[in-house]
Amino acid sequence: MPPEEPVAATDLTPGFRGRPRPAGIALPPGQYEEHGFPVLTAGTTPHVPTERWRLTVRNEDLEEWSWSWTDLMALPQDEPTVDLHCVTRWSKFGTRWRGVSLDVLLADVRSSAQYALVACHGGYTTNLPVADLLGGRAWVAHTYDGRPLHAEHGGPARLLVPHLYLWKSAKWVKEIHLVRDEQRGFWERYGYHDYGDPWREQRYQGD
Amino acid sequence: MVDAHAESASARTLVLDVPGWGGHRAGQHVDLRLTADDGYTAVRAYSIGAPWDPDAPTRVEVTVQRVQGGEVSPYLVDEFAVGQRIEVRGPVGGWFVWAPGAAGGAPVLLLAGGSGVVPLVSMVRERRRRADRTPFRLVYSVRMPGDALFLDELTGPRRRDDGVDTHVVWTRGVPPDDPSGRPPGRLDLRGLARHGWPADLRPLVFVCGPTGFVEAVSRMLLVLGHDASAIRAERFGPST
Ligand SMILES: Cc1cc2nc3c(=O)[nH]c(=O)nc-3n(C[C@H](O)[C@H](O)[C@H](O)COP(=O)(O)OP(=O)(O)OC[C@H]3O[C@@H](n4cnc5c(N)ncnc54)[C@H](O)[C@@H]3O)c2cc1C
Repeated sequence: MPPEEPVAATDLTPGFRGRPRPAGIALPPGQYEEHGFPVLTAGTTPHVPTERWRLTVRNEDLEEWSWSWTDLMALPQDEPTVDLHCVTRWSKFGTRWRGVSLDVLLADVRSSAQYALVACHGGYTTNLPVADLLGGRAWVAHTYDGRPLHAEHGGPARLLVPHLYLWKSAKWVKEIHLVRDEQRGFWERYGYHDYGDPWREQRYQGD
Repeated sequence: MVDAHAESASARTLVLDVPGWGGHRAGQHVDLRLTADDGYTAVRAYSIGAPWDPDAPTRVEVTVQRVQGGEVSPYLVDEFAVGQRIEVRGPVGGWFVWAPGAAGGAPVLLLAGGSGVVPLVSMVRERRRRADRTPFRLVYSVRMPGDALFLDELTGPRRRDDGVDTHVVWTRGVPPDDPSGRPPGRLDLRGLARHGWPADLRPLVFVCGPTGFVEAVSRMLLVLGHDASAIRAERFGPST
C-alpha cells in the first residue's frame, strides 16, 4: 500500500521491513491483522453463572428495565459477522457472533439521554454515545463462532460495538446507564479516547 | 537510541533519549512506532524498565524479549542500532502503576512470567530509588537460567533491596546450583501460597506476563482469597 504522504526521512526506521502487507483487506491506521483472539483485561476474569446473570438498563430518571438470561434468550437474535479492532493494535476480521441488538433492548426504554455508561461484573466501565448503540451497530453478544462465549472473552455476555475500538465492547456487561452528561469509564479516565473510532485512530484523549 | 546492552541471550535493553520526555511512573509503558521505507508502520508496547531519573529526565529504558517469528521484537533485539531513531509515544497507562504509599502503603505482591518482569522490576527499582520500605514479594516464573532477566540484581548478594523477597520458579530447566532441589515446573497454588503474601494482609497484587500465565495466576489468587479489586493484571502476548 503506498503511503498517503511521503514519509520524512527522519521518521524511517532503517532496515525495518515488517511483515508482508495483507492484500485485499482494509486495516485501520496503525493496526495489524491477527488470526488468534488475544485477551486484554485490566484485572481478573469474572465468572458469572447464567442463573445469576441479569442485564439492567437505567435511564436518566433512574427508572430500570431488566432482563434475566431466559428473557435475553427469548428476544429476537441477530448473527452479525464483524471485524474487531483493538487499541493494542490487532484487528481480527470476519468474527461471527450471536446476540441481541441494542435496538431491541432499548426499544421500550424511555430516555432522551445522549450518553451511555456501561458497567460490568468486575467493576469495569466504559462510555459511549447512545447513538452508537443504535442502528444495528451494537449487540449484547453471548455466542462466538457457534459456541457459548468463553469467560475470558467476556462470557456469558458482552457488549459488541465493532465500529469502535474493542475496549468499548465491554466484557461481562451488567448495566447500561443512560446519562445526560458524558461520564468517563475505566480506560477513558486513564487517558483513552471518549469515542475511539479506529478509522480516525482515536486511541488517546486528544487524538 | 543512545545505548543498548544484552540482558540475556534473547533480550536486549534499549536506552532511548526522548526529547521533551516529562517523566513516568513505575509500571507504565511506551508505544514504539517503526516505519518501513514504503510508509508501512508497526507499533508495539514496551514497559519502561527503569524508574524516572530526574538527573537524566529524558532517558527511557525498555527491555525487549525476542519473540520467534515476531514482526518487531527480532528487529529491536538484533538489528536496531545505537544512534538510530525510533518514534516513541508515552508514557501510557495509569492503572498498572505503583509508587510508595500506593493503596495506603499495602504490601506488594509482584508476579512475573517471562518478560512480564520488566514493569515489575521498575517498581522494585522505584522502591529502591525512593528508599521506601514497603514489603515486597516477587515471584518470577521463567523458563531456564539463560532466559532470566535482572536475576543478579534481584537475587545477587550485593542487592540493596532489604524487604524485597524474590523467589524464582524455573518452569523448564533449573540452574545447577539451585539450592531448592525442586524439579522444574509451573508456579502452582502451593508455591503461590508459600512465596506470595497471605490474602489476610490485603496486598496490592501486580500480575504481568503472557496471557496464559496471567489467567492461571489470577485464578489461583482468587482461590487463595485475594480480592479481585486488589489484583492488577497486564497481559503481554497473544492468547494461548
Ligand atoms: C502493555 C504491554 C507492555 C509490554 N511490555 C513488553 C516488554 O517490556 N518487553 C517485551 O519484550 N514485550 C512487551 N510487550 C509485548 C510486545 O508489545 C510485543 O507484543 C512483543 O514484542 C511481540 O511483538 P512482535 O512484533 O515481535 O511479534 P508479533 O509479530 O506481534 O507476533 C507475536 C506472536 O504471534 C505470532 N504472529 C502474530 N501475527 C502473525 C502473523 N501475521 N504471521 C505469523 N505469525 C504471527 C508471531 O509468530 C509471534 O509468535 C508488552 C505488551 C503490552 C501490551
